[in-house]
Amino acid sequence: MTAILERPGPPGPPEPLSERARRRAELTTKDRVVRGGLAVAGIIPTAALLFLTYQMVRQAIPAIRFNGWHFFQTKTFNLGAQYGNPVTRHGEQALPKAQFGVLAMLFGTVVSSLIALALAVPVSVGGAILLVEKLPARVQNVLGVFLELLAGIPSVVFGLWGVYTLGPVLHRTVFRWISDIGIPWFDGRTGNGQGLASASVVLAVMIVPIIASITRELVRSVPVISKEGAVALGLTPAESVRFVTIPYVRTGVVAAAVLGWARALGETIAVLLISGNAVTIPHSVFDPFTTMAASIAALLDGALQDSTGMDVHALAEVGLVLLGVTMVTNFAGRLLTRRFSDAGLPVGRGV
Amino acid sequence: MRRRRRLTDRVFWALCGLAFLVIAAPSVSVIVSVFHQAFPALGWQLFTQTTTGQGIQNAILGTLLLLLGVLIVAGSVGVAAGVYLAEYAAGRSAAVLRFFSEVLAGTPSIVIGYIGYVTLVVEFHWGYSLLAAVLALSVLVMPYIVKTTEVALRQVPTTLREGTAGLGMPRSASLRRVLMPVALPGIMSGLVVALAISTGELAPLLFTANASDQDPSFSLFHHSVPYLTNVVYTDLSLPGRRYRATSAAAGLISLAILVILIALGRILSGRARRQTARMSL
Repeated sequence: MTAILERPGPPGPPEPLSERARRRAELTTKDRVVRGGLAVAGIIPTAALLFLTYQMVRQAIPAIRFNGWHFFQTKTFNLGAQYGNPVTRHGEQALPKAQFGVLAMLFGTVVSSLIALALAVPVSVGGAILLVEKLPARVQNVLGVFLELLAGIPSVVFGLWGVYTLGPVLHRTVFRWISDIGIPWFDGRTGNGQGLASASVVLAVMIVPIIASITRELVRSVPVISKEGAVALGLTPAESVRFVTIPYVRTGVVAAAVLGWARALGETIAVLLISGNAVTIPHSVFDPFTTMAASIAALLDGALQDSTGMDVHALAEVGLVLLGVTMVTNFAGRLLTRRFSDAGLPVGRGV
Repeated sequence: MRRRRRLTDRVFWALCGLAFLVIAAPSVSVIVSVFHQAFPALGWQLFTQTTTGQGIQNAILGTLLLLLGVLIVAGSVGVAAGVYLAEYAAGRSAAVLRFFSEVLAGTPSIVIGYIGYVTLVVEFHWGYSLLAAVLALSVLVMPYIVKTTEVALRQVPTTLREGTAGLGMPRSASLRRVLMPVALPGIMSGLVVALAISTGELAPLLFTANASDQDPSFSLFHHSVPYLTNVVYTDLSLPGRRYRATSAAAGLISLAILVILIALGRILSGRARRQTARMSL
């Protein structure tokens, strides 16, 4: 400011300052100090992400060397025998009988999250459309609380609910009916209600609020004029949804689904409790399974006992694959959301 | 023909209603189920005894302590970062910082927990500690605070900015005296969301805070911290009805904290909306 005032201005039009010089001149010394301090804070989230990625890669490198490509071809994940001489492969030591493969976990992660997505998307979209198009604003606000509550329920509480309430109920009813039909992959014993199917249902419940709340905002933003056009043409409300609302929100719903998917991929504790926790590729949807995130939580305790340290590194490799998969889905989701809204939506985990 | 269209319409809305019920039912069912299972354990001893006895006093205090830590660490850094992105950063660098912050929001919590364990607990020799737990949680929730702060500041009407510039106010004074007070309710509601997430997280704490039967202390290093979600998790797998009830009771208390935070968030965001409406003429 002062710099501008003190500048000896020649009569006539002042010389144009460069954009950069002008911006500098507008800031006092105190402003610059404040800006510096805030800039440091501004970099912290980015720095944290880079640090996480760097550490993950660094921790995983010994395991990557030890496992090679077998990591993506092996279904078993065995921490190895505690007592015995360490074996050496590719210059890296590990416990005897240790075998690290991500295949079963990767399968479990992808399949459970996809089933969850298939269940959650139609329900969320239907619910959101009903909420916005049919119910009065006052009721909308009250019912919005359900979405917030559902988004905020701790995942361990979802686990508790899945183990004691949802799992047994599904096991006694729906699962048994489906199993009796006898479609391949949807048949066989339904176990005790813990397994791929129950975990997918719980995951679906957990991602519904993400997809539904974005869809709700999208449906609200459909231009009134287009809806009036639909009414003028004599369309029924359902047809208006089909020909006006759905085309308008389609891209946004896809983006919301991708964000929800990323959440389902990374979910840990709820899945750990309901999955039955078995590192195998399930033979039917009712069999126990595991995911990458749940395995890390389940196995880290045991892995800490390994004197060669390879178990911990192998879990880092699992984490790295998980981080890669979620980052790719997140990138995709953010790029899609950017296409239809300028302020990226603050969703991804909880509330 | 006309009847068929009307029928389709009915069927469509019936299906939407069903979808809506499917959304609403779980949230009711979760609460009823948790309350039902926690019933045998409910009583004042929950608040007066620790987990060695019949209560979960230490876990409640520990969770509150962690929330305080998150408010201090993630709150200060996140709000400052959000202010920087909204007011000072420009062009490409701002876009990059914003993008990475959003990607951080999507990072699986167990990855944050793992790195917290490997670096903070082991490499830095902090042990299972309050500081490691608070940092892990803070990294997890910081992106939300950054985002809501940025959005709240962006919603401050341009006329106010122009007014302060016209009066010759320095940028920092304009920020502190004019822009921040207007954006405050929005920022606070972001903080409340961050606290709500922190209350329910377990994965990042499992290997940084560990667990403890004692009341938490304020010492930052080498002391395990008890917290509610861990009680839910560990007591769930212990045999016996009593543990199952304690587990559900801990879940119930964390749900109660959550409900309080959601109510607070609603009040604040309502205030933020009115603030914006009043300011934009």
